[in-house]
Amino acid sequence: MDANSIGIVETKFFTFAQPPNEMHLESGVKLGPITLAYETYGQLNERGDNALLITHALSGDAHVAGYYSPNDPKPGWWDFMVGPGRPFDTNKYFVVCSNVLGGCKGSTGPTSTNPATGKPYNLNFPVVTIGDMVKAQRELVRHLNISKLHAVVGGSMGGMQALEWAIKYPDMVAAALPIATTSRLNAQGIAFDEVGRQAIYADANWKNGDYSDYNLIPAQGLSVARMLAHITYLSEESMHEKFGRRLQEKERYGYDFSTDFEVESYLRYQGESFIKRFDANTYLYISKAIDYFDLSRDYGSLENAFKNVQAKFLVLSFTSDWLFTTAQAKEIVRALMVNGKHVTFCEIPSNYGHDSFLLRNACMEKMIADFLSYANA
Amino acid sequence: MKNLNKDQLRLDLNYIARIIENNSRVLDLGCGSGELLHKLAQEKNIRGHGVEIDVENICACVEKGVPVIHADMDEGLGEYPDKSFDYVILSQTLQAVKKPHIILHDMLRVGQTGIVSLLNFGYWKVRSQLFVQGIMPRTKTLPYQWYDTPNIHLTTIKDFKNLCAEGNITIKQQINLGQARKGGVLYNLFPNWFTSLAIFVIKKNK
Repeated sequence: MDANSIGIVETKFFTFAQPPNEMHLESGVKLGPITLAYETYGQLNERGDNALLITHALSGDAHVAGYYSPNDPKPGWWDFMVGPGRPFDTNKYFVVCSNVLGGCKGSTGPTSTNPATGKPYNLNFPVVTIGDMVKAQRELVRHLNISKLHAVVGGSMGGMQALEWAIKYPDMVAAALPIATTSRLNAQGIAFDEVGRQAIYADANWKNGDYSDYNLIPAQGLSVARMLAHITYLSEESMHEKFGRRLQEKERYGYDFSTDFEVESYLRYQGESFIKRFDANTYLYISKAIDYFDLSRDYGSLENAFKNVQAKFLVLSFTSDWLFTTAQAKEIVRALMVNGKHVTFCEIPSNYGHDSFLLRNACMEKMIADFLSYANA
Repeated sequence: MKNLNKDQLRLDLNYIARIIENNSRVLDLGCGSGELLHKLAQEKNIRGHGVEIDVENICACVEKGVPVIHADMDEGLGEYPDKSFDYVILSQTLQAVKKPHIILHDMLRVGQTGIVSLLNFGYWKVRSQLFVQGIMPRTKTLPYQWYDTPNIHLTTIKDFKNLCAEGNITIKQQINLGQARKGGVLYNLFPNWFTSLAIFVIKKNK
């Protein structure tokens, strides 16, 4: 554990929307009670306005940084960003992250118990949207006595939430940092998500979502979904660098269908480790929420969506990200500029594809830290 | 007018800073590391925005709190609504863009007033290199060899004025600067010969 690590952290829980005061979802369905798992690091100031809300991506969770125990082998998913002297400086900011509504890391989602039946919701869980996730986070932010968010920061699906926050609660957000994201997925993105879902449906163990009744896991389906998605998070260049055509622990081709190439072995490992930490139904729900997100559709046009935002924006994309492209980031930037909003945009050089935002990058780290220091100026 | 601290700014930027009025909206095309916008924000309370192509420069802008867009201005200024700025600045950059005449008109679509500083290729030292030595000129401010220069549209003061006249653009003010500053009479009489750097304040004719 290095000196700037925030050290040992714990996950907390906040429950709200108790019947009869359920939350109204975009689909029209009412849901309650809702629990959000969340973590906080640093101290909220007296004015309650130094909070950074971190919003996570598809497979993320509330555990952004730090360790759960001294023996914990791995820190949170954005650990290098959080801590004293780091971009999300815990000497200055109160850092908050919650597992999204519909998630499987402690927040209410398809794996939660349906109070009406006493059994897991599974596919009876209502379809939630990015807007619903943000609406739930608003409740948490109120519960934590945050008067105004210094910034909402997120990559990928987290970036969608950052956009949604700035639009839906303009007076609550001083700065929005949507990173490696889009205001709406393109057809290619939806297509990849659908193949992932089809892989899960096709697994005989899925049982129309009721696998837990049978003590089964659609491991094969979820694993294939992850393998496919993982490819979209990398770049051709980074895969070439990391694996090339190298063979896995063999000198020559096997002339059979065992693992030949390193890249095959790597993807299988990614798939297998994913099933240990993620739920298949949750994957269906969250990928659906990503597909549904479309600010232009919700507000008539993207320009219109940003009409009332007050936040300063830092929009970042990465050169090698072909899933959430620079062109998509520029659409956001353009719509903000048309509205005369305060926006800074940079396409950061990186070879690591969509995953770039999760990896150390001096340029990204410095830009985020500097931008945050001016966010409420 | 408040006294501007001239210490760090490039010569032409100092003069440009003096032209800008307090509390105005300023777009700086090719804003570099954001010095001008930063200074203007601090001392004249302007609302600035930069366009820059180099990532390190963008980093430097963000460090100063200057909003900046990573873009190639050759792709146009379509994002900016008409007359959304009081001033649009293009300092020592016109010679490096692909279509200078289009940028000029776009500047004056987006802004009320354009301010252009340009390196004068009609300057006598430049001319003499071509005339006497027979080589493509190189100067302190244009140090590149002909084969690797980013400056693909070098111009003279006279060329620029002609372009403005053809494009229905009025030159409201011309400031002659540069190495021949102390040249006195000749410098102001024949700027195209004796000025290495000039600033033009331009407006679109109604």
